[in-house]
Amino acid sequence: MKILGSEITPYKTYLNRRKFIKGSLASALLATVSSSAFANHDSDLSIYNKNLNENDKLNSYEEITTYNNFYEFGTHKKHPHLNSGNFQPRPWSIKIDGLVKKPQTFDLEKILSNVTIEDRVYRLRCVEAWSMVIPWQGFQLSELIKMAEPLSSAKFVQFVTVFRPEEMPGQQKRTIIWPYREGLRMDEAMNPLTILATGLYGHEMPNQNGAPIRLVVPWKYGFKSIKSIVEIRFLDTQPETSWETLAPWEYGFYANVNPNVNHPRWSQGTERRIGEFKRRETLMFNGYEEEVAHLYKDLDLTKFY
Amino acid sequence: MFSTRNFNRSKPVLFILILFPSLLWAYQFVTGNLGVNPIEKLMDELGLMALRLIIITLIISSLSNIKTLKSIVVLRRMIGLFAFYYVCLHFSTYIVLDHFLDIQFIIQDIIKRPFITFGFISFLFLIPLASTSTNNMIKQLGFKLWKKIHYLIYPVAILASMHFYVLVRADKTEPVIYMGIIILLLLHRIFKRLSRPQLAQ
Repeated sequence: MKILGSEITPYKTYLNRRKFIKGSLASALLATVSSSAFANHDSDLSIYNKNLNENDKLNSYEEITTYNNFYEFGTHKKHPHLNSGNFQPRPWSIKIDGLVKKPQTFDLEKILSNVTIEDRVYRLRCVEAWSMVIPWQGFQLSELIKMAEPLSSAKFVQFVTVFRPEEMPGQQKRTIIWPYREGLRMDEAMNPLTILATGLYGHEMPNQNGAPIRLVVPWKYGFKSIKSIVEIRFLDTQPETSWETLAPWEYGFYANVNPNVNHPRWSQGTERRIGEFKRRETLMFNGYEEEVAHLYKDLDLTKFY
Repeated sequence: MFSTRNFNRSKPVLFILILFPSLLWAYQFVTGNLGVNPIEKLMDELGLMALRLIIITLIISSLSNIKTLKSIVVLRRMIGLFAFYYVCLHFSTYIVLDHFLDIQFIIQDIIKRPFITFGFISFLFLIPLASTSTNNMIKQLGFKLWKKIHYLIYPVAILASMHFYVLVRADKTEPVIYMGIIILLLLHRIFKRLSRPQLAQ
């Protein structure tokens, strides 16, 4: 089988995330001198590899950007890559409402000027029993939550994906009740592992991966990591989520990666790591047990799957 | 009027046309050109091809009721056997490539997951059909019994389309179209029998 390890450098033409983040004179200067320097950033995997577990290997840029579940662009895994060309991720803003001191709309540039972007290499485990290892760039969701100033009564966070059927052809069909919605418990949202990602492999977030900003919750099945977020709502009750609404007997609110709780369609005991031939054992909480198991110590995970 | 000869002459071409995709996918698989998740892709393509071929055999049966197309039925056996060929490849991809002969796991999978159960039963029902497909077998069994056995193609088709329907997560259009075609063809067959009860005896 072909292992696609060298596919990273051809993507030099993508705007770099740093240019996007600063959006200022300095970045314009940077951009002129940087194309080769950032190409290095992309092709030199050592900066990501130091965050890797010994059993893991980074998936290639091509794998990560051509095999996606993003039903807004179609239900086949190649559709997001093929159908997301017309999507305009800029300008972008996120509406903050619900139980907050003051409902407001943040410009994405404003959010990014207040946070620190860092590299996070995470395993991504899809409920369909395949997985990848992805080098994200982003910042902790907790930083944005602090900016949003939720009231103490806020116990849950709901996220909403943009609804633009003219740019997202999948939304022209009612496969899911649009817009896509997801949610987290407040303590899950505040966990240091939970990030809002704005890039991968040092590139701005590609459209098919949830441009310009998406959630990444590495210990939960991939569908929890909602893409292209336009609204964040703070609530005192558990919000409805898209897949749970569509098929509650299959998808729960928590959706923690759990090899012991099977899905009616897929055994969750093993998974296929993209690029590998043999299946691997699925790890409890996708291998992030140490960081998150305490969140669920009083919860029956077979009931709250 | 198309004669048996016309249809028989098209057989070599059809044979190559229907065989070709399996050779292409095998080649693409070996050379690493079947996408990012090649095992899944291979399994999906083989399964879909099998289902489509099963449906084509049903369509041929119905078309053969039209006088001018009566002889088209000579193509049915070959296409049916090809359906079996693709189902076998589909099933062995699942067993060998997807689960690496982990038989215990596979048995659990077949029992616990309805969509795999449907697919597996469909496969089992196809075995008697494929193994009684020779002229010799028709003679040995007698045409009436042979025909009765071959009504199994309807449960095969329905189970196969359900296997596909349950697998699809959200947009069920394609499996629903296949199920619709199968049900229409089945109704056509039932209606035909009921309207000519003397022939059914």
